[in-house]
Amino acid sequence: MVAISDYVGIKSAWCPGCGNFGILKALNKALVELELEPHQILLVSGIGQAGKLPHYTRGNIFNSLHGRPVPPAIGAKIANPELAVIAISGDGDAYGEGGNHFLHAMRRNHHITYLVHDNQVYALTKGQASPTSDSGYVTKTTPYGAAMPINPIALAIVSGASFVARGFAGDTGHLAGLIKMGINHKGFALIDILQPCVTFNHQNTYRWYQERVYKLEENGYHADDKMAALEKAQEWGEKIPIGVIYQTKLPTYEEQLPALSKGALVYQKIEPGRAESLLAEFL
Amino acid sequence: MSIDFNFMVGGEAGQGVQSVGFLLAKVFSRGGYNVFADQDYESRIRGGHNFFRVRVKNGRVSAIAEPVNILIALNRESIDLHRAELADKGVIIFDGEQVKDVPADGHLFSVPLEKLAQEHAGSKLMANTVALGAAVGLVDYDADSISGILNEHFGTGDVGDKNVRAARAGYEYARAEFKGEFAITIKPASNIKRILLTGNDAIGLAAIAAGCKFMAAYPMTPATSIMEYMAAKSTEFDLVMVHAEDEISAVNMAIGAAYAGVRAMTATSGSGFCLMVEGLGLAGITETPIVLVDGQRPGPAVGLPTRVEQGDLQFVLHAHHGDFPRAVLAPADVEDAFWTTVKAFNIADKYQLPVIILTDHHLATSYATVDPFDISRVTIDRGLLYSPQETPPSEYKRHKITKSGISPRAFPGQSEALVVTDCDEHDEDGHMTEDGHVRTAQVQKRLRKLFGLKHELATPLLYGPKRAETTLVGWGSTYGALCEVVDILHRKGGSVNLLHLNELWPFNAEAVTDALGRASNTYVIEGNATAQLASLIRAETGKEVSGKILRYDGRPFTPAYIIQEMRKEGCELGCHI
Ligand SMILES: Cc1ncc(C[n+]2csc(CCOP(=O)(O)OP(=O)(O)O)c2C)c(N)n1
Ligand SMILES: [Mg+2]
Repeated sequence: MVAISDYVGIKSAWCPGCGNFGILKALNKALVELELEPHQILLVSGIGQAGKLPHYTRGNIFNSLHGRPVPPAIGAKIANPELAVIAISGDGDAYGEGGNHFLHAMRRNHHITYLVHDNQVYALTKGQASPTSDSGYVTKTTPYGAAMPINPIALAIVSGASFVARGFAGDTGHLAGLIKMGINHKGFALIDILQPCVTFNHQNTYRWYQERVYKLEENGYHADDKMAALEKAQEWGEKIPIGVIYQTKLPTYEEQLPALSKGALVYQKIEPGRAESLLAEFL
Repeated sequence: MSIDFNFMVGGEAGQGVQSVGFLLAKVFSRGGYNVFADQDYESRIRGGHNFFRVRVKNGRVSAIAEPVNILIALNRESIDLHRAELADKGVIIFDGEQVKDVPADGHLFSVPLEKLAQEHAGSKLMANTVALGAAVGLVDYDADSISGILNEHFGTGDVGDKNVRAARAGYEYARAEFKGEFAITIKPASNIKRILLTGNDAIGLAAIAAGCKFMAAYPMTPATSIMEYMAAKSTEFDLVMVHAEDEISAVNMAIGAAYAGVRAMTATSGSGFCLMVEGLGLAGITETPIVLVDGQRPGPAVGLPTRVEQGDLQFVLHAHHGDFPRAVLAPADVEDAFWTTVKAFNIADKYQLPVIILTDHHLATSYATVDPFDISRVTIDRGLLYSPQETPPSEYKRHKITKSGISPRAFPGQSEALVVTDCDEHDEDGHMTEDGHVRTAQVQKRLRKLFGLKHELATPLLYGPKRAETTLVGWGSTYGALCEVVDILHRKGGSVNLLHLNELWPFNAEAVTDALGRASNTYVIEGNATAQLASLIRAETGKEVSGKILRYDGRPFTPAYIIQEMRKEGCELGCHI
């Protein structure tokens, strides 16, 4: 039996009250409820306050470079599809430095779950604007206000992601449900998580989000219509939808690889002698 | 009779220069000859000027040589550009009905290529195959040998048959109509079976033999054919080749796959390697074994995309910030490319670090005949692996401090041991840390791996007499040309040998110091503008070479070019030449 006590990592270096605690709690809850043991999961994170998360729980951990959790997560998933692979980023990590990987991972529909702690700010580097900061958001690097934010939900839908959801760090029960669905989803699952940053973002606070978020599933919303999802993705400001915004069934990159039909690459024996047959082509 | 014969095929991109050149190489390789063939082409799909040189010899050959005995000129430009490279009795095969007003000289032999192609194969497009037949006919080689090869290449269907007829027409035309002085005949030499392949082919083949299960890459000349080869074999050999969105992703995917437990690689050229530099350090600090191929071409930036240079040596030695161990192997020729690749995977696993295979456009794309690789000699060493019987999973530490610097590897999901690693400095458990002592210990642990690794590498190659007045010093793909220079000078009475560095890093300072100390004159010959090997030698041994022959016009070294430049520089050759 897996218990929450299996998921206690090293002491955290996050600020007291950080939204990341809610995400950590939700992730642990989801893993326990899915009865996944720490050695069955692989957490691949980038750099930022969000990227530290794996150390604060347990599992196989590959804490990668800034902006680069997705490519090694893909490599590991292809090498061993038996692992439940969860990539973890901040908004800067995912949508800024890692933007190109983000786009193409969705297009190829790799079977990984991607948690993006979206605090609309660069926290670890002390408060600069991020790709999702609200337009006009003033920081030391954007003295005249940040440019228009990207819309990760809409971007994911048009880029071919097969599972697109938004969660809120202030509602761990709901978020744990989304993470479970994301892990169970066969294909690329993006969960963009509204994450209050108590130290640097005094605009998008717990209260700010709490006043705006509402749950899609309580409003008769169906996540299977791409155009409706795209429209829903535009909603931001007065009301912010959370829940599954879009989900569809598409073949995953991994299941289309003939090499994987015989089992995980990591378990395939190395037999140099088989290469003998290749010599004939060059005779 | 001793044969050392050079064909050249010239034309514009799209005229089939490559295919005629390759087929010529194949014909003579099948006939028991040694063949070396290189390709000179522009970064374009149509037009421009391309040529393909094929050297046929009955002794060992691993370089291009001058002069040209038969030039197949598929257009006018090829005649104008290469006429001066012809041997005394060399012949230019061209289509006099298409290419008019060529100043007459005794070398020209007009073959109505297009007309014969139309008549015998129903398409002018097969003019190049007619020319192939004519060239083989001129040397009076076995006509049937071409047919078999054409059928293999183009199939036994209509296209194959048409090519066979076109070649036959060219062959017969040359036999009947050539009235010039040219009198070299080549007859099939032996039944020795050799394989004909490029450096990139050898790397792909070796990667598969070595059990590489994952490759991710992004197309870039001259590395693309490795990814294409691996992709083509992926179903049969249960491997995965991902065409990534960019080189940053490619190297990081390979690292992720290697971390998960498979042998993984990537391949690129200089500009792509620039993008991989960040990943190189990630492999370094997380101690993840990966093999990276850098097929050099002239830089900086896009440089000359389809040409050769050895300009990345200092770059790959130093790429990334901070200190961490790596290995750099620069194969000397096609045969070496195969064994180097096998070794690269073994030392990557054994020492848990990135291994760079440094090739270049010349080695990557030139064809050479070699004896079929003895696959039974391929050994697999996956290094120190974690065993749950010896250490309980709860006590497993991915970055455990050890005397050798090597910590047993566990793979995620294969036992209950958790495999934790981080690109931040980490403790033995793999968790991030800021502790100064832990940091120092981890840096030292990683660097300690270099001691073991150093003993793993072969001493530099020595060609020619053990002791000589003059020692030439080279590295990488220039080996064949330099060996030939030694042979030529030796025949003329010179006292010359060659010290060639292929397993470059960690550097074997003792062996190099010793070898250089035996000679009065030492000349570095390398394909870059700043003598990067000479700097490395100075840095590692304190020794200054007596002279440098550098080439950076994007063209490969040939023996004649090297000798000519050495004379110009007043190098001590110990003989008159
Ligand atoms: C290549 C590179 N560039 C810049 C940095 C510095 N850096 C570290 S984290 C970060 C941004 C963090 O923002 P985000 O990804 O949103 O994570 P958060 O800290 O907000 O959780 C930056 C710019 C780095 N580590 N590497
Ligand atoms: Mg952030």
